[in-house]
Amino acid sequence: MFKYVKQLTSFVAMVAVLFAFSTEAMAKKSKTLKNTQKKGFVRCGVSQGLPGFSNADAAGNWTGVDVDVCRAVAAAVLGDANKVKFTPLSAKERFTALTSGEIDILSRNTTWTLSRDADIGLTFVGVNFYDGQGFMVRKSSGITSTSQFKDGISACTNIGTTTELNMRDFFNSKGISYTPVAFEKADEVVAAYDAGRCDTYTTDKSGLAAQRTKMSNPDEHIVLPETISKEPLGPVVRQGDPVWEDLVRWSLNTMIEAEEYGITSANADSMKTSDNPAIKRLVGAEGEMGAAFGLDNEWNLRIIKQVGNYGESYKRNIADPGILPDRGPNQLWTKGGILYVPPSR
Amino acid sequence: MKIKKILPQLLTLLTIVLIFGFFTINAQINMDNRGIEFGFGFLKQEASFDIQFSLIDYDGSRSYARAYLVGLLNTLLVSFIGIIFCTILGVIVGVARLSPNYLIKKTAAFYVEFFRNIPLLLQIFFWYFAALRALPMPEDATLILGTSFMTIKGLYTPAPVWNNFDVFIISLILALIIIFFFNRFAKKKQEEEGIQYPKFLISLGVFIILPLLTFLFGGVDLSWSFPKLKQLATTSFTYEGGLSIPPELIALTLALALYTATFIAENVRAGIQGISKGQKEAAASIGLTPGQILKLVIMPQALRIIIPPTTNQYLNLTKNSSLAAAIAYPDLVLVFAGTAMMQTGRAIEIVAITMATYLTISLAISVLMNWYNKRIAIQEK
Repeated sequence: MFKYVKQLTSFVAMVAVLFAFSTEAMAKKSKTLKNTQKKGFVRCGVSQGLPGFSNADAAGNWTGVDVDVCRAVAAAVLGDANKVKFTPLSAKERFTALTSGEIDILSRNTTWTLSRDADIGLTFVGVNFYDGQGFMVRKSSGITSTSQFKDGISACTNIGTTTELNMRDFFNSKGISYTPVAFEKADEVVAAYDAGRCDTYTTDKSGLAAQRTKMSNPDEHIVLPETISKEPLGPVVRQGDPVWEDLVRWSLNTMIEAEEYGITSANADSMKTSDNPAIKRLVGAEGEMGAAFGLDNEWNLRIIKQVGNYGESYKRNIADPGILPDRGPNQLWTKGGILYVPPSR
Repeated sequence: MKIKKILPQLLTLLTIVLIFGFFTINAQINMDNRGIEFGFGFLKQEASFDIQFSLIDYDGSRSYARAYLVGLLNTLLVSFIGIIFCTILGVIVGVARLSPNYLIKKTAAFYVEFFRNIPLLLQIFFWYFAALRALPMPEDATLILGTSFMTIKGLYTPAPVWNNFDVFIISLILALIIIFFFNRFAKKKQEEEGIQYPKFLISLGVFIILPLLTFLFGGVDLSWSFPKLKQLATTSFTYEGGLSIPPELIALTLALALYTATFIAENVRAGIQGISKGQKEAAASIGLTPGQILKLVIMPQALRIIIPPTTNQYLNLTKNSSLAAAIAYPDLVLVFAGTAMMQTGRAIEIVAITMATYLTISLAISVLMNWYNKRIAIQEK
C-alpha cells in the first residue's frame, strides 16, 4: 500500500511538472522579454561608429539603420523608441557580449553565416542590409578594377570579421600574394590606410562608403566596382528564447512590410481605416497580431509611427547623408530589389 | 593545537575550490543552455585566415594550432627584442642619472619622467601613427647604409641566403662548447697554479675562426638578396626580395623598450645608490679608475638590488606586448585571442589557452631571473 502511495505521488509530481511547463509555453513567456519590461529599456549592441548603420553624434544620440531595429523593438515592447541602452562593441567583443547576456539584441552590421548561426549559440533573425565585400584604393594609383592587383599588394582590414576570410579566398583564387594588415578597431584601419600603410582597404562596401567620409580627403579614394562576397547583414539574438527571437524578427519585418504597403510614420494612424486587411493588420486595426508575443495589438503601429518604415529609415540614415544614395539590392522586391519578407498575418 | 593551525588553511582552500567550482558549473550550464560545446577539437581545423608576419611557415590552409604558434612566436620575438633594448637603455640611463655632468644627469632625469608618466598605449599609438605619417612612401625612400630602405610599409633590408646553414650553426655551437670548457680549464689553472691565459682573446679567436673554417671547407656559402623596388600601380610601390620588417613590429618594440627602460633605469639608480659610499671611496683609495670602480666594485653588489625588481619589469614588458592588437602587430592576442576566437566562437577555451600561455612565459622568465639572482648572490665562504 505504502509503495503505491509513493508511486502515485511521484506520478502526480511528474504531471504537475509537465503541466507547469506546458502552461508556461502556452503563455508565451519569454525571459528576455520579461527582463526587458522590468528594466524598462532594450539592451542593444551596436558598432563603435559606422555612419549610416550605428553612429553616435556629439550629444550621444545613436542613429543608423542598425540602431533603428533596436528602436523598433523598444517601441513595440516598451512603447517608446528611445528606451534603448546602446553598447558599442568591437567586432571581437560582439558575440561574447550577446551570449554572455550583456546585451539582448546585437544589431551591428553582422554577416549571417552558417557557422555563426549554428555553432556559437546565436540565432540570426533576418537581413536588414544586403551587402558585399569590396576594395577601396587611392584614385591616384590608377587602379580601376581588382584585376589590376599585383603580387605584393598590402591590404588593411579589421580582425574578427568574415572580411579576413573572404580576402584570403579572393587573393588565393586570383593567385596573388598579399600582405594582410589586420587591426582590432575600424578607426585604426582607416588611419593606417589613410596614412599610406596599405595599397587597399577592404571591408563590406557599405562600410567602405561610410568610412570614406572619415578620410582626410574623401575625394582621393574610390571603391572598386567588384563585389567579392555575399554579406547579408542582420540583427542577432541569443539562442534559446524563441519568443524574443520572433519578436525581433517581426519588428524588422514590420518595417519592411510597412514600406511595401506604403505605410509611413506620417500616415500610419489614418491607415487604420484602410480597406486592405493586410494594411489594417500592420497598424493593429485587425487581427490579434501582438498576442503571440504577449503584447498588445498596436505594437506594430508604434514601430511605424515612432521609427518609420524601412524606406524612411534608409533614406534618413544612408541615402540623405550621401553614403549610398542608390539602394541597389536593398530595394523592395516589388521595385527590383531583393527585400522580401513573409506576410504579417 | 595542530587543528587550529590547519583549519583556517583548509577553509580557505575549500572556499577557493567552491568558488572555482561554482564558476565552472555556471559556465557549463549556460553553455549547455545555449547549445555551445566545450572542447579543443577546433585547434585542428583549418584556420583559413592569413597572418601578416610569421617566423615559421604559415598560410591560411594550416590549422588553428599553427596560427597559435605563429602568434606565440611573434609575442616572444617582440618581448625578446624589447627586453634586450630596454636593458641596455635602462642601464645607460640609470648610470647617467648619477653622472656628475649636469647636462647628462638632467637629460636622463627628463627622459625617465617623461616616458614613464605617459600611458603605454598612447605611446604605442604615437610611435605607430606618427612614424607612419613621417616615413616616406616606398618610391621616395632613401637608402640607409647603402642597402636598406625605411618606408611607411616597413624596413627593407638585404636578406642572407645560406647554403648548408646547418653546418654553420653546428660550428657555432661547437665553438661555444669549446670556449666553455677552455674557460673552466683556465680558471682552474689560475686557482691552482696561478697561470693566467688571455682568456678573452682566445675565446674570441675560437668563436671567429671555427665558423670561418666552415666557409672554406664545410661548403657553407652566404649571399645576399637585396630589396628591389616594384611598381604595383601608377602611384603604388613596394619592395620585392630581401627581408621586410613591418612598421608595426618596429613601433611596438620602440614603445615597449622606451617605456620599460625608464623603470629599469630607476632600478639601476636605486641599486647603485644602495651601495654604501665607503665602498666607492675604498675602491678609489686603492687606485681604481671610476670605470673600474663601477665594473668591479659597485655593479656586482648593485646587481643584487637591481635584479628582483627588474624581473618584474621584464614580466611587465612581456604582458604589455599584448597591446600589439591596437596597431595590427600579429601577436598572440591579435591572432589567437582575436581572429581565431572570432572565427571559432570558442571564447572560454581560447581565453583559457591564452592565459595559460602568458602564465607559462612569465613563470619561465621568473625562474630564469631567480636562477641568475641566486648565482650572483653573496656566497658566504
